[in-house]
Amino acid sequence: MTLPTRRDEAWRYADIDAVARLWPLAAPTRINVAAGDAAARHLIVDAAQGATEIRQFAINLDKGAKFDFHVLALGGAYGRIELDVILHEGADFNLGGVILGNDDQILEIVTTVNHVEPGATSNQTIRAVMADKATGTYLGKVAVARGAQHTDSVQSFKAMLLGRAATANAKPELEIYADDVKCAHGAAIGELDAMGLFYLESRGLTPADAKRLMLQAFVAGVFDGAEAEEALQAAALAKLGELV
Amino acid sequence: MLNINNLHTAIGDKEILKGLSLKINAGEIHAIMGPNGAGKSTLTYTLGGRPGYEVTSGAVEFDGQDLLALAPHERAAAGLFLGFQYPVEIPGVSNVQFLREALNAQRKLRGEAPLSGGEFLKVARAQADAMGMNMDMLKRPVNVGFSGGEKKRNEMVQMGILDPKLAILDETDSGLDIDALRVVGEGINRVMRKPDKAVLLITHYQRLLDYVQPDFVHVLAAGRIVKSGGPELALELEREGYAEIAA
Repeated sequence: MTLPTRRDEAWRYADIDAVARLWPLAAPTRINVAAGDAAARHLIVDAAQGATEIRQFAINLDKGAKFDFHVLALGGAYGRIELDVILHEGADFNLGGVILGNDDQILEIVTTVNHVEPGATSNQTIRAVMADKATGTYLGKVAVARGAQHTDSVQSFKAMLLGRAATANAKPELEIYADDVKCAHGAAIGELDAMGLFYLESRGLTPADAKRLMLQAFVAGVFDGAEAEEALQAAALAKLGELV
Repeated sequence: MLNINNLHTAIGDKEILKGLSLKINAGEIHAIMGPNGAGKSTLTYTLGGRPGYEVTSGAVEFDGQDLLALAPHERAAAGLFLGFQYPVEIPGVSNVQFLREALNAQRKLRGEAPLSGGEFLKVARAQADAMGMNMDMLKRPVNVGFSGGEKKRNEMVQMGILDPKLAILDETDSGLDIDALRVVGEGINRVMRKPDKAVLLITHYQRLLDYVQPDFVHVLAAGRIVKSGGPELALELEREGYAEIAA
């Protein structure tokens, strides 16, 4: 395997120097959900300050299988969560991801969801809050194979930038070879509503608490019903406290 | 309680308040009426400390403190409440959570112990009941999906829970039907008509004043108070219009 460069679409916003230090990467973690089964996993990427963490997953969902994955990227100088998902007939894949970064952090979620057979559904919801000079990236590719009719795929990415030097990158990519499918994607990048903040502050909340409350609301829904929901929410909340 | 002296406020390069003076004592209810563009909302936001409303000269004393030196949340802790003309919708944040955090933040700044979840819910329930709002609505995200009237009712529930010394209510009557107007009026009287509290009602119309009798009525025009009087002044304005009185 050769070290990727920034010319590779999937590594365009990566910290290549950090990747080089870990190269060659270990084989991806394999997750297989057997036909008709349901499984749920969660992952918190919380590398130490200055460290690099790359987590790659190869996920296979057999016929009618269901898999819910909730991920939170908040630690390390460079953190990357990469999923390659194969969906067989009628499988159901749900990803809820949150990226919270500050200082010079570069955090990314990169997904490739392959609908290889008919009637599978995939739903990806990613929220990012970036402060200081941090960069948050979501690259989401959905590939629908010839014959994978009645595919139903949704991607939603929203980012909140807390400072002028913070960055969010979003790139949904659809590659569709079937003609009877539903593939929706949306991306929005914005900042906290000033009038909302003033309203909360006028009731007595400090500026930091007003921001934290609004950001908490912005990301909270992603982890509703997740495996280890409380741990995910608590880790997210603690990091949000650092961002405001 | 509130002493505004020769207040000038600008938004960007534009001066909106041009030497406004007003004194409100504890136990008094004042109404400010005036045409569109007179500076009514600017006065509200200036007193609340909204960013972008720059005081270029003048002074405001609230309960012995320099109000203008305080940040918005410190003004709230000092006992100031702003009733918004357009209460803001905040998706994902529940009323109950927000109000409990807000009340406890105020109490902390005042050196008081925080209310527990149970204690807070008791206070919140009593205030919601008094305003005819059910607790389910109070658990919903702040103002999201509320009608205009429900938002104003929610403002009054918040006022009841936060129990301020001075309430500045900016067109709390706009968007209300007759029944809601009565409920809101009664709410203002119940929470605020006390010897140690005061209210500044900002309104276009006389109709709210049928329910909340002001002690003083002022006419605001072009950034200054041009006339003051008793409750009869409001009736006179209603009859003759601002143009006549403000001239």
